[in-house]
Amino acid sequence: MRTTLEILIIIAGVLIVALTIAAAMIYVERRMLAVWQDRYGPNRTGPFGLLQVVADMVKIFFKEDWIPPFADKVVFIFAPAIVVATVLMGFAIVPFAPQIYVADPNIGILFFLAMSSLGAYSLALGGWASNNKYSLLGALRGTAQMITYEVFMGLSLLGVVMLTGSFSLRDIVEAQREMWFVVPQFLGFVIFMIAGIAESHRLPFDIPEAESEIVAGFHSEYSGMKFGMFFVGEYLGITLISAIAVTLFFGGWLGPDFLPPVVWFFLKTSVFLLFFVLLRASLPRPRYDQLMSYGWKVMLPLALLNILVTGAVVLAAG
Amino acid sequence: MISNIRSLWIAFTHMFRKRFTVQYPDEKITLPARWRGRIVLTRDPDGEERCVACYLCSVACPVDCIALQATEDENGRRYPEFFRINFSRCIFCGLCEEACPTYSIQLIPDYEMSEYDRQNLVYEKEDLLINSQGKYPDYNFYKVAGLAIRGKGKGEAENEEPPIDVRDLLP
Repeated sequence: MRTTLEILIIIAGVLIVALTIAAAMIYVERRMLAVWQDRYGPNRTGPFGLLQVVADMVKIFFKEDWIPPFADKVVFIFAPAIVVATVLMGFAIVPFAPQIYVADPNIGILFFLAMSSLGAYSLALGGWASNNKYSLLGALRGTAQMITYEVFMGLSLLGVVMLTGSFSLRDIVEAQREMWFVVPQFLGFVIFMIAGIAESHRLPFDIPEAESEIVAGFHSEYSGMKFGMFFVGEYLGITLISAIAVTLFFGGWLGPDFLPPVVWFFLKTSVFLLFFVLLRASLPRPRYDQLMSYGWKVMLPLALLNILVTGAVVLAAG
Repeated sequence: MISNIRSLWIAFTHMFRKRFTVQYPDEKITLPARWRGRIVLTRDPDGEERCVACYLCSVACPVDCIALQATEDENGRRYPEFFRINFSRCIFCGLCEEACPTYSIQLIPDYEMSEYDRQNLVYEKEDLLINSQGKYPDYNFYKVAGLAIRGKGKGEAENEEPPIDVRDLLP
């Protein structure tokens, strides 16, 4: 058993690492987007432009923090906090290494699904409280997107749960000693990734934000650090989705012995983080009715089929 | 789905392409010789000012950024008493260069003239005059013009016949 002190240290460590990664993603995203668009990206501030993160942070902290007079003030202030809080709660169940995890409830996956879904409230409430037509359109689209991806996101993970026989993420990682679940559950992995992109509202599914169509969507009226919180939440969200994808399908901390388990986990996660940036660099955005019909007519039947086949195989194998 | 994966791959291969960015303060692009940049006043091969203060540049300027005052020296040569260009107004259209009858005012390929203080963008004659003939090395206006100045009478310019005494033609 771990002592209380150990757990507190791990909690602090996870918070610091998660928020540092979210901040570093500002730099990584700008730099990698530039690299994939034949540019250099920020390379002036500090070595390789690394201090750009500090510059961006200083700038956003000193921006005027303005609340429009027509907004619903209380909800307007709370909305950005919800997304950050819920995503950070989601990190509680991620096993970074055999001994480095905050909690290991026997309903780990359900807890992750619950916490990541609550993030949608941030978006809906932020758009509603702004009392602005574009914000409301963004919130409307966000809600429509949420009722699309939530269903097949949950169903896509059931294959993994069936193969393991447990909802606990540590058990799932241990069950991948023979073979990573991405091989038997490839369809489930693809469906989960598509749902994950929609969940974190990243391009190509940044439909609630859609700055080329509806100004900035649900956060049109936000400025200063409240605006920054939405971005921290977004980057934390893609980090969480990457970490969960690594845990469920790519063997979590498992890897050859020459590197410690936690390093393997971070290496695999960063590959997924880069993949999220590559998606933004290459794919155009669909309309939200296209996403909805795609989700309900293609992804949901595929996820159900995946469960059916996996269940039959598990049953036949005894 | 296939086309999406193809787009991802194409974007990924761009990682290894040549960059389009010119990293400006470190690298500079080579400008064409006719680039219209900073405005200068040139001198003739003898080292005298070419400008004869005819006001044509000032009239041609669409944004009225050129101001000057004509005067005349003891040799009878016209020159500007002051010549002032407000570069915060100048649009670098080059119409002053086209209007100039003596090839005095010219635009050169130099664009690095930013200032922190707007007032510093007003260039006086001593800022504009350069010790060069610019794009027309051998041209000397007073050597080809018919105008008489001290040291050069009527008919002594290049390609010019001496003036005819009309009374000599009488029978």
